[in-house]
Amino acid sequence: MNSEPNLNEIKKEYHGTLRSYIQGFIASLLLTLASFALVITRVISGHFLIYTIVALGLIQAAVQLRFFLKLGHEDHPRWETLVFGFMLFVLLLIAICSLWIMKNLNDRLM
Amino acid sequence: MDKSFVIRHTVEAHPDLSIPDPHQDAFVRTTLGFWMYLMTDCLIFASLFITYAVLHHETFGGPSSRELFELKLPFAETMALLLSSVSCGFAILASLKNKKNKIIGWLIVAFLFGAAFVGMELHEFNGLLQQGHSWRKSAFLSSFFTLVGTHGLHVSIGLLWMLVMMAQVFRNGVTLFTFRRLVIFGMFWHFLDLVWIFIFTFVYLIGVL
Amino acid sequence: MFGNLTWEAFRHDTIQSMAVISMVFGGIGIAALLFYLKRWKWLWKEWLTSVDPKRIGIMYMVVVLVMFCKGFSDALLLRMQQAFSVGDSQGLLEPGHFQEIFSAHGTTMIFFVGMGIVFGLANLIVPLQIGARDVAYPFLNALGFWLFAMAAILSLVSLGIGHFSTAGWLAYPPLSGLEYSPGEGVDYWIWMVQIAGVGSTISGINFLATILKMRCPGMTLKKMPIFVWSILCCMVMVIFAFPILTATLYMLTLDRYLGMHFFTAGGGGNFMMYVNLIWAWGHPEVYILIFPAFGTFSEVVATFSEKRIFGYLSMVWALIIIAVLSFIVWLHHFFTMGAGPEVNAFFAVMTMVIAIPTGVKIFNWLFTKFRGRVHFSSPMLWFFAFLLNFTVAGMTGVLLSAPPVDYQVHNSLFLIAHFHGMVIGGVLFGFFSAFTYWFPKFTGLVLDEKLNKYAFWCWFSGFLLAFMPLYMLGFMGATRRLNHYDATTGWHPLFVLAAVGALIIFFGACIQVYGLYSTLKNRSKHRDRTGDPWNGRTLEWSTASPPPIYNFAIIPTVNQLDPVWAMKRDEAPRPVCHYEDIHLPINTAIPLYMGILALIFGFAMTWHIGWLSIVSFIGIVTLLILRLSGHDEHDVMTVAEVKKIEAARGSYG
Repeated sequence: MNSEPNLNEIKKEYHGTLRSYIQGFIASLLLTLASFALVITRVISGHFLIYTIVALGLIQAAVQLRFFLKLGHEDHPRWETLVFGFMLFVLLLIAICSLWIMKNLNDRLM
Repeated sequence: MDKSFVIRHTVEAHPDLSIPDPHQDAFVRTTLGFWMYLMTDCLIFASLFITYAVLHHETFGGPSSRELFELKLPFAETMALLLSSVSCGFAILASLKNKKNKIIGWLIVAFLFGAAFVGMELHEFNGLLQQGHSWRKSAFLSSFFTLVGTHGLHVSIGLLWMLVMMAQVFRNGVTLFTFRRLVIFGMFWHFLDLVWIFIFTFVYLIGVL
Repeated sequence: MFGNLTWEAFRHDTIQSMAVISMVFGGIGIAALLFYLKRWKWLWKEWLTSVDPKRIGIMYMVVVLVMFCKGFSDALLLRMQQAFSVGDSQGLLEPGHFQEIFSAHGTTMIFFVGMGIVFGLANLIVPLQIGARDVAYPFLNALGFWLFAMAAILSLVSLGIGHFSTAGWLAYPPLSGLEYSPGEGVDYWIWMVQIAGVGSTISGINFLATILKMRCPGMTLKKMPIFVWSILCCMVMVIFAFPILTATLYMLTLDRYLGMHFFTAGGGGNFMMYVNLIWAWGHPEVYILIFPAFGTFSEVVATFSEKRIFGYLSMVWALIIIAVLSFIVWLHHFFTMGAGPEVNAFFAVMTMVIAIPTGVKIFNWLFTKFRGRVHFSSPMLWFFAFLLNFTVAGMTGVLLSAPPVDYQVHNSLFLIAHFHGMVIGGVLFGFFSAFTYWFPKFTGLVLDEKLNKYAFWCWFSGFLLAFMPLYMLGFMGATRRLNHYDATTGWHPLFVLAAVGALIIFFGACIQVYGLYSTLKNRSKHRDRTGDPWNGRTLEWSTASPPPIYNFAIIPTVNQLDPVWAMKRDEAPRPVCHYEDIHLPINTAIPLYMGILALIFGFAMTWHIGWLSIVSFIGIVTLLILRLSGHDEHDVMTVAEVKKIEAARGSYG
């Protein structure tokens, strides 16, 4: 408490740069245009189209996490990354198991 | 049981021991704590997404997503939110250089794009409601309005927060406090764009297929 | 003007009226006492606006004790009903009232007693054990408390105004939906749980950040006390489980208020989604409840065996593995609700697996005592009671984890006996152990040991008498939540035994209350001036009892586990006698005001009083913006003041 850093020292803790924002913006823009274009033009179709759009979405999410939210750029110990990792683990667990359970219930109902 | 002990005070040199975390200052504490809050918000959205996934076929005889959704408005909304997110980033970069006017300028840009997003979304909802496709009609519509509406609610709260930040920067300039708050606001705003990626992918793009 | 609220809401049957009147008089009595002693200002300054975690922790304990009285009264009523309501007799409660009582009993005990214990202990013990002066977010910590406390008050309001939910402590739809429960009951339940849940999430974030970021120099993660590890894992579970509850209650709210169809019987709704999601929260929740008890026992067993905890690393890993696995077993709460054998089998196996690290912990506690000098003081006695009751109940849990067995005894009294063994034998006995162990630290008084022991034996024997018959009843076919049964079932004698057991517990609880009163009355006899009555090993025992507001005048430096034992053996790094000014966050009334507004909001939403909901909500937002526009203000305690406080303690130079 007594040795609080001043404003300039704190600014060094912030890891955003103009470069990362521009790169992130262009990547996100391209990925978004690609997704919409694929759906509007239907050059591919069916399950393949779905997987592709989902993949594009996941890639854009990773881009924004890295370039906008600066995940992984924090100093050691990297608590933010660890907490995010655990959240992702719980999210996937709940999502996959819930969908499995609800589908199983639905099948058995019919 | 032993009685009390006495700590002997001597004026010795500092022991050479590892400090668990050199960053015990308020800035990193705040950003970590806010990040944890964003993780809880992720899980709230995840629960809404999972529910949408389970219920989106339950149209109760009404129209499905294929019949109801179109892509023009979601595309515009996506662009608006992306531009807003980047503008917000530029505002924070300006705060690194203490450029008060630039910060407020970029925040205004971000606000306008964000307000455009909310406006378009309200327009879309209004259109659906006018045609009689309200959330009372089916589980599909309930989960759609809730998922997309909750995101829109977060964006609206963010817009309010943006106004508060503009006022604070206008009054106090870049201080320890305003810088910290701008950074966590930025985290919140980027996070909302992140969630929107999943909405436009899973709800709209896949919905029209 | 008043929404759905009418004078009808104030009319109750005899028993409810009596409860309400005694509650109101109790409240008036306390207010009168405060006026008589002229202590309002003291209450405001020292407690209500405090952001000191030690004060907040004690306030949590006060709420826990009050809500425990309510929840236990509910339990006694249920036991009495079931002891008398046989054959021709209908007992003393109307069926509707009976349903409200068992719903309130579960809700109160889990949310207001259990979660209160979790955060109360975290507030009191964690900053001291990690050598910190404060928590990471003092304002949010206070806010988390007031949301919790106001939600508890909302539940007391639900006793007096209108009726409570009759849909059980988890409010499954469609019963809890608008069609089948149109009244205010389920709405009360939703708002009190939602508000308390938000408070829990906020506090969870606070303590995780505190433990990660504010440990004293030298205290790496592997040198933390096991209690702190248990809170760390507990907070991780809180942060990742409670959002699911928030979202699910949110969807139920939308169903009830906006006519949506998430969980309705018609419109395409799927009520099993509620069951699924609520248990995805609900299972981590029960581990959240038990972890502080596990942590407490690691401290108590080590201290009262005069030995270091056996297998520190395996204890830590057991906590981590249990925390992770707790997110993957939840379907075992609804094996019988339609899932196929593959799904059931997967979750059954995962449930059995989670018993393994729990077993590791039990063995490690036992190995700690092996070749140790065991002291049978009351904290240790509670451990023995836990050992027997929790382990037995845990084993019935492993029985239940087999779907074929569960199909036989699901929702029977066998299940009730199982989970009460876990929450009473585990959570509550852990709390009593913690209470008798740490009470001297925060008051400077050691509780009367004789009365402690009498209370212990009443609880232990009463618990066995109240719940062992329930296992038998479960096998004999008695289902839960029964308000009446036939004499031909042959269940009556067992229900009577259970009621007697409950009365013995009640007697034990009375002894505990009397013990508290007696200790406070005879302060001189029970005073502990050493700050360390048990020959403790962790940092809290190096402070005065009660600790000064700043905890440590000089932040300790640590080089091994059990740092205070190291100090006693001269193995600790020498602290430098260099006092500095101490910055402490100032008091603030905003968390209290936000809590009160949340209470008003919950009440207004329950009764659909539109204008009041809007006004209170705007009030909360305004206060938040006000707080977030201000500056963190600190009080500075100068070196001179610190020296004076330390000198008054005596044992410092």
